[in-house]
Amino acid sequence: MSEKKKFLYLNRKAPYGTIYALESLEVVLIGAAFEQDVSLAFLDDGVFQLMNNQDATATGMKGFSKTYRALGDYDVRKFYVETESLELRGLKLEDLMPITYEDEDDDYAEKPSLIPVSRAELAKLIAEQDVVLSF
Amino acid sequence: MSTLHTVNKSPYERNALKSALDHVSPGDTVLLIEDGVLAARKGGAFVQALASAGCTICALGPDLSARGVVAEDVAEGIHTVDYGGFVDLAAAATRVCAWL
Repeated sequence: MSEKKKFLYLNRKAPYGTIYALESLEVVLIGAAFEQDVSLAFLDDGVFQLMNNQDATATGMKGFSKTYRALGDYDVRKFYVETESLELRGLKLEDLMPITYEDEDDDYAEKPSLIPVSRAELAKLIAEQDVVLSF
Repeated sequence: MSTLHTVNKSPYERNALKSALDHVSPGDTVLLIEDGVLAARKGGAFVQALASAGCTICALGPDLSARGVVAEDVAEGIHTVDYGGFVDLAAAATRVCAWL
């Protein structure tokens, strides 16, 4: 693929209850290898994927929350989080993992990857994409 | 530069339709498929939300028929399309966004 395309991964499900969140993460990791313009959006129950202090040990399931924090190393640094979805669930941005990336253009300064957006802003974001992948 | 939004879940069980309608842009089309077509039945609780969404609403005919929603029972303003129509909508859109 020669031309860079804008990919948006739309995440709307809570982790662990279904396989969607983990599958999304796998596809994001694969997609990152193709050097596209990747954005992630978290809305509805998808915001629970980013919760701090996740510990799946006792369930016997694979805990994958730490993987989100590694995505910055794969140039995945735009995590759009819908504020209406957070509010409805009694969550604040501070309740989510402090996901960051290193900005190579700014002496590798650590910068936040989480970008709070309103529902209207997210609608606009969807309308700017070449490809939308839903999970 | 429009988006085709597909919705495949019943609005009575999941919030896929509500989320889709919350994120449409002017000029977009919403296509109800699979259990999503249940939103299209007249008298249903989501008909008003569909009518005021500000975009074109379509429902997939074969999925309506399969669920016993006959043509006369499809709410006013909702266009019924066949599989070929689905393809046309996808081809005419810049992108497809699935709400599942």
